[in-house]
Amino acid sequence: MKTGAKILIEGLQREGVETLFGYPGGSVLPIYDELYDSSLRHILVRHEQAAAHAADGYARASGRVGVCLATSGPGACNLVTGIATAYMDSVPIVALTGQVPTLLLGNDAFQESDITGITTPITKHNYLVKETKDLGRIVREAFYIARTGRPGPVLIDLPKDVCTNQIPGENHLPDHISLPGYRPTYKGHVRQIEKALEALERAERPVIYAGGGIIASGASTELVEFAERGLLPVTTTLMGLGAIPADHPLNLGMLGMHGTEYANYAVTECDLLFAIGVRFDDRVTGKIQTFAPNATIVHADIDPAEIGKNKKVDVPIVGDAKAILQAMLHRMNRRDGRESWLEKVRVWKEKHPLRYRCDGRLRPQYIIQELSNILNGEGIIVSEVGQNQMWTAQWYRFKKPRSWLTSGGLGTMGYGFPAAIGAQCARPDETVFDIAGDGSFQMNIQELGTVAQTGLPVKVAILNNMYLGMVRQWQELFYDRRYSYTELPPVDFVRIASAYGIDGMRVDAAEDVRQALRAAIDADGPFILDFRIEREENVFPMVPAGAAINEMIGGHSG
Amino acid sequence: MKAHTLSVLVENRAGVLSRVAGLFSRRGFNIESLAVGTCEEPGSSRMTIVVESDDSQIEQVQKQLNKLIDVIKVSDITENEIVERELALIKVNAEPGSSRAEVMQIASIFRAQIVDVGSKTVVLEATGDTNKINALEKLLRQYGIKELVRTGKIAVLRGSKTVQSSK
Repeated sequence: MKTGAKILIEGLQREGVETLFGYPGGSVLPIYDELYDSSLRHILVRHEQAAAHAADGYARASGRVGVCLATSGPGACNLVTGIATAYMDSVPIVALTGQVPTLLLGNDAFQESDITGITTPITKHNYLVKETKDLGRIVREAFYIARTGRPGPVLIDLPKDVCTNQIPGENHLPDHISLPGYRPTYKGHVRQIEKALEALERAERPVIYAGGGIIASGASTELVEFAERGLLPVTTTLMGLGAIPADHPLNLGMLGMHGTEYANYAVTECDLLFAIGVRFDDRVTGKIQTFAPNATIVHADIDPAEIGKNKKVDVPIVGDAKAILQAMLHRMNRRDGRESWLEKVRVWKEKHPLRYRCDGRLRPQYIIQELSNILNGEGIIVSEVGQNQMWTAQWYRFKKPRSWLTSGGLGTMGYGFPAAIGAQCARPDETVFDIAGDGSFQMNIQELGTVAQTGLPVKVAILNNMYLGMVRQWQELFYDRRYSYTELPPVDFVRIASAYGIDGMRVDAAEDVRQALRAAIDADGPFILDFRIEREENVFPMVPAGAAINEMIGGHSG
Repeated sequence: MKAHTLSVLVENRAGVLSRVAGLFSRRGFNIESLAVGTCEEPGSSRMTIVVESDDSQIEQVQKQLNKLIDVIKVSDITENEIVERELALIKVNAEPGSSRAEVMQIASIFRAQIVDVGSKTVVLEATGDTNKINALEKLLRQYGIKELVRTGKIAVLRGSKTVQSSK
């Protein structure tokens, strides 16, 4: 005989789960009781939203499924932002929620919420377990769905009695999973792959547009080889940073709203765009009609629904990025020529580099550049959302996949700090930095309690401009400097950290940056850096919303 | 824009209808009609969904439906030879005397059944394609329709072709 809670824990262990992030409550008491005796590591967060983000950070940093656990009602509802974040960025997490006993379901019982109803639009799939005998199968299916195909979050809602009921038998975890409606395509269609290669062969001005799908499928090595063999310049999305080393000669950096000028020019002038593991997000494409306007579009993606969703595609390939690139490399010869195109791209790079004013003042770009130099592009960099995120994307020179975690699709402020906690759990030997804004950091600042309690050596660099910086930037540029409710009063983050028993340092001058970053890295435990940066620094270049991506402001030509 | 008829085979599980309907509403697709019931495959149900959309949108509708784990197979059968039917129950004013006789005559022409007779009304049961039901409804309006329910369209391919599993 086994209880549902026991079956759940065994199911998690069977799926290779070692760590989960959660917050106890009435409906999940049977699970917590079972956890008490298990070998699973449970990280107690201070808010359920952080549990979901931590599971997400764990998943992105490790490539494994992240797990979070919350109680029914408010606990479950607090996971929603984290689940939506994971959904938008295709991150595999399994969210476990407690639920009122089955007898009370639908009766508006205390701490009841229809969490499967609430999360249907933001999960890849979800389950309400009605009977203990189904639990083992559901746990197995949930992990399988989360990690396969286009990864994504799966939620399992667990009524309290399902966890306390005992059922006979020892092994309740089926070996075989049967989901007739779920058969992801991994191998690209051979004819489509050949068509893509033919189009590439004909192209004179090709560009690869690579995204998070490269990271998720572990296709970085193949991408770099593909680019080198075909002499193909590569631009990546925000989610694709790290797919090709920043210093690779064919790398054009990020494209889109805050992308590099040269990436945006190259995409605008290319005659073939090889899009892989991307979804033509509006922050990338700007005005869709003028995005790669003269190019043949090849689009490879594991999710058929992404192909042709935003932009008409000439050669669609459904499949896993790694499998497709391997198949293409298998058939592809080394390409010569294209010198004039590569030369043109090189000149753009030289003429329009990313830049900022170096006048001795404390500029955020300089801080990130210095961090990148010290860590040599290694470590795991997590960001919050806003200016801090874009500066990091522009100035940190990522070398490896899974070294950059950020909320791209949903743009969730407050993501970074808990995600950094998750990443640090997944990869304890890495230096993990959360690059934050003062606004974003205050959205999940309570997680200082979590790092204090666990001792997880997460470092936080707050780019403190006492504004909601990106919103202020938009107000400056598009609302005639009317800073409506975007100014934040000064906060002494070092003292707050100190109240939790965490070390920190305030930095006001550029000459102190290097030493401060070193102190944080060398500290054994968590460390908070409060950088008082130039208050009205902007992220440039910038493509105004709805404009073509070659119509940038604030760049060399803007 | 035209009406597309989708035949969708789904797992017969709690919440499937709400997943399908929710997908339509949040992505801004407009459902004209949706009919669902069990089918020949044990544990499965078949939905017939009529959607007003252009060709590129219907492709997106199908792809999004296919992404749902509980959806086994989606087929756009609009361009195929199909048998399609809708059932309507129509309660119409029919005072004894001439108007009742006329209503019964119309029912007979449309091969509709009178399934209930009240002191001032009759209830007609009609099956047929959407055009036929529309025509009957239009004719009966002049007598005053008290209540009307339609099931929405159900459809099946003609001949031996079928819409079955394997996505």
